[in-house]
Amino acid sequence: MSVTAEKGKGTGTLYDDLELVRNELAKCMKCGNCMAVCPVYLTDKAEAGVARGKIAVAEAVLSGELDVDDPEVVEMLFNCLVCKSCMQNCPTKVNFDRIMLALRAAVVRKKGLHPLKDMIFGLLKRPKLFDAGMKVGAVLQGLAFRDDPDKKAISPRSPFAFVGRSYGFDRDRSLPELAATPFRDRVPEVVNVKGAQTKVAFFTGCSVNYFYPSVGEDVVTVFKENKVSVAVPKGQQCCGIAVFVHGDVTTVRELARKNIDAMEKSGAEYIVTACGSCGGAWQHEYKELLSEDPVYGPKAEYWSGRTYDISTFLTKVISYRFPRGKVDAVVTYHDSCHLKKTMKVSQEPREILKSIPGVTFKEMAKPDACCGSGGSYLLTHYDTSKTIAQRKVADINQTKADQVTTGCPACMMQLLDHVGRFGKDQKIAHYVSLLAESYRREKKGSATHVR
Amino acid sequence: MIDKTIIQELERIVGEKNVLTRKVDLVTYSYDATADMPKHIPDVVVMPTATEEVQRIVNLAQEKRLAIYPRGAGTNLSGGTIPLKKGIVMSFQRMNKILEVDADNLTATVQPGVVIQDLNNAVAPHGLIYPPDPGTVTTATMGGSVAENSGGLRGLKYGVTKHYVMGLEVVLANGDKVRFGGKTVKNVTAYDFANLFVGSEGTLGIVTEITAKLIPGPKYRRSMMALFKKLEDAGNTVTGIIKSQVIPATLEIMDRKTIETVENYAKVGLPTDVEALLLIEVDGMAEEVVEREAQAVAKVVKENSGDLKLAASDAERDQLWAARRAALPALAQLSPTVVLEDATVPRTRITDMLVACQKIAEKYNLKMGTFGHAGDGNLHPTILADANNKEEMERVHKAVDDIFATALSFGGTLTGEHGIGIAKMRYLGDEIGQSGLRMMRSVKEALDPNYILNPGKMVPVKEA
Repeated sequence: MSVTAEKGKGTGTLYDDLELVRNELAKCMKCGNCMAVCPVYLTDKAEAGVARGKIAVAEAVLSGELDVDDPEVVEMLFNCLVCKSCMQNCPTKVNFDRIMLALRAAVVRKKGLHPLKDMIFGLLKRPKLFDAGMKVGAVLQGLAFRDDPDKKAISPRSPFAFVGRSYGFDRDRSLPELAATPFRDRVPEVVNVKGAQTKVAFFTGCSVNYFYPSVGEDVVTVFKENKVSVAVPKGQQCCGIAVFVHGDVTTVRELARKNIDAMEKSGAEYIVTACGSCGGAWQHEYKELLSEDPVYGPKAEYWSGRTYDISTFLTKVISYRFPRGKVDAVVTYHDSCHLKKTMKVSQEPREILKSIPGVTFKEMAKPDACCGSGGSYLLTHYDTSKTIAQRKVADINQTKADQVTTGCPACMMQLLDHVGRFGKDQKIAHYVSLLAESYRREKKGSATHVR
Repeated sequence: MIDKTIIQELERIVGEKNVLTRKVDLVTYSYDATADMPKHIPDVVVMPTATEEVQRIVNLAQEKRLAIYPRGAGTNLSGGTIPLKKGIVMSFQRMNKILEVDADNLTATVQPGVVIQDLNNAVAPHGLIYPPDPGTVTTATMGGSVAENSGGLRGLKYGVTKHYVMGLEVVLANGDKVRFGGKTVKNVTAYDFANLFVGSEGTLGIVTEITAKLIPGPKYRRSMMALFKKLEDAGNTVTGIIKSQVIPATLEIMDRKTIETVENYAKVGLPTDVEALLLIEVDGMAEEVVEREAQAVAKVVKENSGDLKLAASDAERDQLWAARRAALPALAQLSPTVVLEDATVPRTRITDMLVACQKIAEKYNLKMGTFGHAGDGNLHPTILADANNKEEMERVHKAVDDIFATALSFGGTLTGEHGIGIAKMRYLGDEIGQSGLRMMRSVKEALDPNYILNPGKMVPVKEA
């Protein structure tokens, strides 16, 4: 069977052997509760969009009625954001994400990666070349995009907007600017703080490094204010989730091992992330992917219990210092899928935001509804992604907030685009940036009285 | 068989994007939420968005003698939407507009694909509710629940779907569009067709518009849980509450097996040394009335040696309900195949029925938990099995036979809210007899002589 693994390689996870997915499939009762929350189904209203339908197709693949690499099956497999919303609503707790990724991995095993994906993912494994490419991109982006300094965003110029409009790259598309100097080139590899209570390693992820370096700087500010020394290991690379969701199990494993090495070398006690996908990788995916690796398996297991989103780290691992600088803003918070549904982080960012003087917190309806980003999903399914985001922005508008915060840079990019299209000029920010801003302002002397 | 010209014609009627023919899509319409049912892949799925499109599709199907399976969200528990004999699945998921909320007349007019919860969200700002609340309110459609005459947790006080359908637009098997009923409370014009089509499971006509009755939502409620060491005490409490002239909005029961399983699964703090648990909620428009009813319930519980817990806050209420909501998922965790029945008996026979179910489980050596809507006699004996285990499934089928025979012997019915569909068709004659079956066929053949509407469900297809 070409969809099952070669024997004797010692990599018996369901990402190597599709047969192992059967137990997961058997849990599904076809009750359809997933239909209430699936962003793709709510947009298309077709059964093939939703978990229950995709599970039925998976069953057909395993029974030989359909081929896993049938183009129609492949298309269906990729019409899913892997947002895990269905899993929150599933009475029998089907791990639908594992089913999806196991099938995608089986496609890649049978058919190989699409040559374009192969090239791009290959680049991720060569960090120097990848880094150089991103920097060249930062220089050249002015050719295709015009700058909007107010929003810290860029938009396609014509004729690029004309060519790209069917992919959503029209003139109204807002994208974050590629940083001329990525975050990791802006900070020393270790920021030692006098009298530090502990030392953490900051796993930045690509989005913070290349698109939102200021978020990275805010993370460092917050650590300094809380007497935490922070390492930003240069050896760290992409977390690999973006390639894993495309079924490239080999590359994500390679990246996981390199990242583990980089973090271990830093001598930190904890890994802290500011991105739900990266943190989720450390907490869950790495240990599952490397479960049969005698060397890295135990290491992945170790770090999975010592990785925290920065909000959890601040509120549960240490007791963060309440900020005193006033930040006048009406703020709402969007729950990133991977942050809430993988890392189970949802109260901590709200707790932090509410502790900032001057912030009025307004909850939006369905704050944990997916924003439609799904990493590369927004590139391959722009229309669906846009409709999903439009619903999200309608909920945001209802709150009358002037700032939308979230804990995930991928959501920030998606919100930047669609708040730009459907919103009311709300600012998009990582919640940690508001905390950092408050710390900065108390130094400038605009501190309020301590309560 | 469906050929290319038929597909093209369907595409002309509803547009290309509303016709699904790829195998991956067809596979996803081969099932519904019913366990232990065969899968059947349809020839094509069409998704109309207007009544006129439905008519044209029916005309085409009639001309080509193709079966049509109307389908909402496919959450029914009787195999009612499985495309048994190939043909056309007609999905209403994209015909889902709320056409009007008329708060002054207490009505809402909706297309069949509207999700029940979405209707409730739309009428909530007026202080109104649409009471029928099957367990699937957040996914099931209005059209589907009308066709199945869905019940739910509030049936005892508020009734079921048929009590809230005031008017319908239906496309018949001959392509005619008929409308009857409407916004008036009183209407005795012609036969009471609404009640003919409500619960007809898509076998007599296709519902394309529904005028639903709304009521003011209750302002106050009190929730409580009562625990019993003896099953009889729980049963007597149920009848005692009604005897004291209190009609609770919900009156739910769980047996020992269900309680144990829920506690293992959800850890909500249920004692596992009790034989039965009742969840009771009284509601109403005046606080003092609701309070008085709650006290009356408490008195009955005490008289029957029950241990009462009153929810003091919304949070505590949610905790009580968490136990009930966890019943099915908790049971479902234990095994891959969950056969969920809904045999229903007169309220006074609830205890007898629960005891009978436990005996049946013992007799066939099966894992079974029973919970359900004690107030309206609607129980859910839930058998846990594995469809791959042939021998076990034979015992399951025998147990189901026994459950139905017992319910009928108590003066009950085969199905309280799930419908006949495929799952219970062979028992139909046991309840309504040969004369009943003949009448079912007469009605069916008067409206759909060629059996093109949802064939193989509810009414056995006449032998050729």
